[in-house]
Amino acid sequence: MGREETSLRMEKTTGIEKITFKRQSQAKEIWRRFKKSKGAVFGLGMLTIILAVILLADVIAPYSLATRQNMSLKLAPPSWGHIFGCDGYGRDIFARVLHGGRTSLSIAVIATMTSCLLGSILGAVAGYFGKVIDSVICRALDIFMSVPDILFTMAVVVALGANFINLLVALTLAYFTNYVRLVRSQVLNLSELEYVEAARAGGASSARIIATHIIPNAMGVIIVNTTLNVAKIILYESTLSFLGLGMPPPAPEWGLMLAEARAFLRTSPHLLLFPAAAIVMSACSVNLIGDGLRDALDPHLKS
Amino acid sequence: MYRYVIKRLLFLIPTIFGVAFIIFLVMNITPGDPARALLGLSAPQADVDALNHELGYDLPFMQKYFNYLKNMIIHQDFGKSYYTKQSVFDEVWPRYIVTIKLALVGVLLSSLIGIPPGIYTAVKQYSLWDTIPSVIAFFIAAIPAFVFGLLMLFIFSLKLNWLPSFGATTIYHFIMPTLTIAIPPAAQVMRFTKSSMLEAIRQDYVRTARAKGASERTVIWKHALLNALLPVITQVGLSLGVLICGAVVAEKMFSIPGIGSLIVDRILFKDEPIILAGTILISICFTIVMLVVDMTYAFIDPRIRAKYTTGGKE
Repeated sequence: MGREETSLRMEKTTGIEKITFKRQSQAKEIWRRFKKSKGAVFGLGMLTIILAVILLADVIAPYSLATRQNMSLKLAPPSWGHIFGCDGYGRDIFARVLHGGRTSLSIAVIATMTSCLLGSILGAVAGYFGKVIDSVICRALDIFMSVPDILFTMAVVVALGANFINLLVALTLAYFTNYVRLVRSQVLNLSELEYVEAARAGGASSARIIATHIIPNAMGVIIVNTTLNVAKIILYESTLSFLGLGMPPPAPEWGLMLAEARAFLRTSPHLLLFPAAAIVMSACSVNLIGDGLRDALDPHLKS
Repeated sequence: MYRYVIKRLLFLIPTIFGVAFIIFLVMNITPGDPARALLGLSAPQADVDALNHELGYDLPFMQKYFNYLKNMIIHQDFGKSYYTKQSVFDEVWPRYIVTIKLALVGVLLSSLIGIPPGIYTAVKQYSLWDTIPSVIAFFIAAIPAFVFGLLMLFIFSLKLNWLPSFGATTIYHFIMPTLTIAIPPAAQVMRFTKSSMLEAIRQDYVRTARAKGASERTVIWKHALLNALLPVITQVGLSLGVLICGAVVAEKMFSIPGIGSLIVDRILFKDEPIILAGTILISICFTIVMLVVDMTYAFIDPRIRAKYTTGGKE
């Protein structure tokens, strides 16, 4: 992606035809390398299916099905009417898994984006300016990181109250630290390279150098990490919900469903099976894509 | 070397201050107060205010913060719990020990489970002995710890009736909880060991070792492994954070009286002194583990040791 943007910029200064061609080949090249990995393509396919099913959740099984209680169907095993069976309140598990996916996946994606943005900005600033700013950010980060994520997130969620936005805030604060370290080290490495020096000699401002020379080149690593982080947040968010710190109860949510399944573990293991499978499948597909992207974006990262 | 250790240990002090500050901030800028949580929603506001005053919760933020630090440092007093009125230290310490034991056994177990297959799969790359364990590890990495706990609970406790499902009295009670928290990081450690080992095997010094006629065993164990283990150690140390997260889950799930479950329970009551003490203790443990990790680094790698002993900058 970094190279793509670089060549886009070149488009303005040099001939369009040649560069347009180059840009296509760059994206194609990444796609070609991505395609070579069977696992990555499989992951992409699986994620596409998961996303399609979740986006079409309202068409497949309306939201009312996910919350409607029907005590006569309490703990019903999978059948043609309710393909995943029903839970302890007689709610259709299939509908709950679908609608739960909306919550889980959108939280995971948005929280990854926000933590990436916050962390990258801080990391870029720390790495680029160095000296006092770097020390202050790094020491603050050390302190921040010595509080285990889970305690911190719990405190934030409980203190602010469990809802969608507060979960996002908590997850962002728990995950942005990774990006600070990552981007900082990238920037430290990159800012010693010749082209940055050349840009500086040419009189480019710091902001411009960060935005146009450093970030696009650090993009590959950031994208790979972001992808893998989505999977981590899916798992983490379900853990929070399992502990009762996620979305409040009537809402369908994978971790919450598993927490509710616990009481009926002995008699109705299907309550456990489907939400757990949903979590594992989405985390797996995202991880597969992440691994594929890592190999495709930068062969040096393959280690 | 000593100077470095002392410097790192001294950094514990600002860490404690910082952690206390963060927790104080989170607890105080957010709505809700302990008296309301204790007395219930229907209690009259005057009673709530009075109890908050009695607990010392209504003092200004900075005053509370500095009082807390002063009491902690000068009198070694962590205050009294808002909820049980017991001394915080007496309540937190025994539970802290339980959690630390759980987490450290978890760290040990996850390296024992994770490192050997990591080495093995790297040595046998592209064979069936690489593919199968790698695929398994890949799946495990996508399963949250609590799902493991639930699965084990289902199989070993409910179906086979081999292990007790809750409590913390005998060693059998600790089998499922430790596995619950050790397996997810073990998968990470394995993946990490594998990639680190693969990288080491491709290095020039390994080729040189082979060229001079060293046996394959010597090449792998002496030349490649020692170098490959360095980053793995950091990874194991860092996985303590994941383990503490797992410990909270395992404690809640298997009703183990650890600090994680204590904090989760008390957070709902805004039991500030307990949450502060618990978090600070865990942070101290975390910082010390990271220090030990760095020391191990120096112990294993002569290059790094040389940097410390010659008084070079960290």
